Amino acid sequence: MHLQVQADSYASIFYKSGHGLSFVLRKPSGSSKAGMMYSILIVCALSFLFPNLADAVPDTMAERVKPCTICHGKEDRAEQHVYYPRIDGKPWGYLFNQLRNFRDGRRHYQPMAILLENMSDGYLMEIARYFSELDLPDFQPERHMMQSGEIDLAEQLIYSGYPDRNIPACSNCHGQTLMGTIPFIPGLLGLPRTYLTAQFGSWRSSGLVRGQVSDCMSEIAKKLTDQEINAVAKWLAAQIVNGKPDPSVALLPELAQRCSSIVKVEYPE
Amino acid sequence: MSNHRAYLSVYSKLLFKAVILVCVVWALLASHCAISGTVGYPSVSSADLDTLQQQGAYLVRAGNCMGCHTAKGGKPFAGGRRITTSFGVFVTPNITPHETTGIGNWSETDFWLALHEGKSRDGRLLYPSFPYTEYTKVTRRDANTIFAYLQSLPAVDQINPPHEIPFPYNFRPLLYIWRALYFKAGEYVPDPSQSVEWNQGAYLVQGLGHCNACHTQRNILGANAEDALAGGQIMGMNWYAPSLLSHIEAGSSDWSVNEIVELLSTGITGRAVASGPMATVIRQSLQYLSKEDLQAIAVYLQSISDDKKNYASVTVPSVSMEANDNLMSGKQLYQTYCQECHGSSGEGEPGIYPRLAGNRSVTMTSPLNTIRSILDGGYPAVTEENPRPYGMPPFQQILHDKEIAFLVSFIRNAWGNSANRVTEYDVERSRSIGIE
Repeated sequence: MHLQVQADSYASIFYKSGHGLSFVLRKPSGSSKAGMMYSILIVCALSFLFPNLADAVPDTMAERVKPCTICHGKEDRAEQHVYYPRIDGKPWGYLFNQLRNFRDGRRHYQPMAILLENMSDGYLMEIARYFSELDLPDFQPERHMMQSGEIDLAEQLIYSGYPDRNIPACSNCHGQTLMGTIPFIPGLLGLPRTYLTAQFGSWRSSGLVRGQVSDCMSEIAKKLTDQEINAVAKWLAAQIVNGKPDPSVALLPELAQRCSSIVKVEYPE
Repeated sequence: MSNHRAYLSVYSKLLFKAVILVCVVWALLASHCAISGTVGYPSVSSADLDTLQQQGAYLVRAGNCMGCHTAKGGKPFAGGRRITTSFGVFVTPNITPHETTGIGNWSETDFWLALHEGKSRDGRLLYPSFPYTEYTKVTRRDANTIFAYLQSLPAVDQINPPHEIPFPYNFRPLLYIWRALYFKAGEYVPDPSQSVEWNQGAYLVQGLGHCNACHTQRNILGANAEDALAGGQIMGMNWYAPSLLSHIEAGSSDWSVNEIVELLSTGITGRAVASGPMATVIRQSLQYLSKEDLQAIAVYLQSISDDKKNYASVTVPSVSMEANDNLMSGKQLYQTYCQECHGSSGEGEPGIYPRLAGNRSVTMTSPLNTIRSILDGGYPAVTEENPRPYGMPPFQQILHDKEIAFLVSFIRNAWGNSANRVTEYDVERSRSIGIE
């Protein structure tokens, strides 16, 4: 009874079935130190009364995305011929589009398709935003032997492109710092060379995302030579990860047009 | 004179018989119509087109037409979805009102013949991958309402590839034989000894809902075996649709009507989660049904489920020492990978992570669904009531077949559970997913 009075004075208690017990503490209007003491007392008393409090399933996104994080850890991983790229800190629009592509069969990977089969756009968006807000994991730049000619070739493609071959610079879309443009274009740093070359291979065979009307990345990848792809992949994998994408950087209208299927999607608010 | 009288007598007798016959037929028809009025949905005057189409949209949900007639990521109702069966791959047709590639040129009667008789507009017999064996029970009025809705959809110009059906199944006249054996056209006939609600439930389960298509074992010719809703392996899919009759599978005799409704509308209850293809059915179809209809379905399902006492307990053969070692390995795997969510005693977390102790989908004879859940993981259906479900991680990339066999055997025999062990071979067979 006494406890109840204390609780009423200092805390509002909400009981949610199936979620164990959670409560919100309100600061008392008087001395905050005494209030704190009372609060601790209440917490202790409650934990004693409800021993499974600590076991309750956390009502968090981290708990909800356990099916994702079992494979997509802090780092890229390769296992049994399967590659699991990291997804933390990637732009939300990019992640959301990939989640929908997997679910709707445009990007073909069966385990992802099965996992996402019964998900709504709204929930996928929430998941995409959750991962986008996580910090980029540490990345140990890879060391690759590159001739100076190879470095020049990579930098030409990355910062200037070949306008005469209708190949834009990587930095035009992926940002001057190559960390991506919010919200649809992913960053290029912090990714291993093997992943980058594999992605180029998929883009070239139009096998990464099927059925897109303006498949800009496929068109670009098809114009690149093996030598160019290798140079770019090695160069990118050897860079130090340089912070998060700059939110103020917007895609040029011309490129937004060229990649309209990537940057123009209907998505829930 | 006597001849004349004899003629008269014969005529009057014939006339009398004819009158009786007419009366009997009329009475039968009248009574049939009167009872038919108790299932299906009230008629809407065709002037009220909006209401008609709304009702049609509802019925199309109930029949889950888009489940098959929409390809993954494709335009709604434009078909093109591939349905893998043991007879080959069927490609679903475009049922939008496009004049040349869809059903824009169809009449109400054409549509009725397809739904009720399994015959296409050009007279060809339809393959029973289209569940006309169940849809035949739909009333003419509901069929017309569905047709009105389909005709109101945006026409999609999409030609779908042909079926990939090898000989002999591509020889359609064989369907005459199949139909003679397994198909009888006929609307649902209400059972006058049952309530209106029960009949509505039966009408939805047996007809539009076509629950039979999965929950009844198909025979070697793809026809549903006699024992309707007694459970079976889903054709072309590596999932087992549990019996809706047996209390050791998914029979609901000891469930409350409310709990059945909760499962069908939200995809999850305190003790059960719909997974695999059933989660998809809930997402696409059942969650949109009215409370009244779900309740009717629940009343019906509850009534057809057997009573616990009629069942002998399942005997599980005793196990060797080696098998016990395997169970210990299974326990260790459980502690490493499963316990965090499902609890140290398989108690789960109601409404979040399913309980495994005493869970029928764990202990039922076929271990297939448990194996597939571990291999694929998955989220329960996202529904209005459960918009942000917690999920199960896939383990196919982490655990080997043998480990999954140990794990499933352990789960099937821990905390009071009792069921046959599974082998590495069972797991290996379950890895193929069947359908695209």
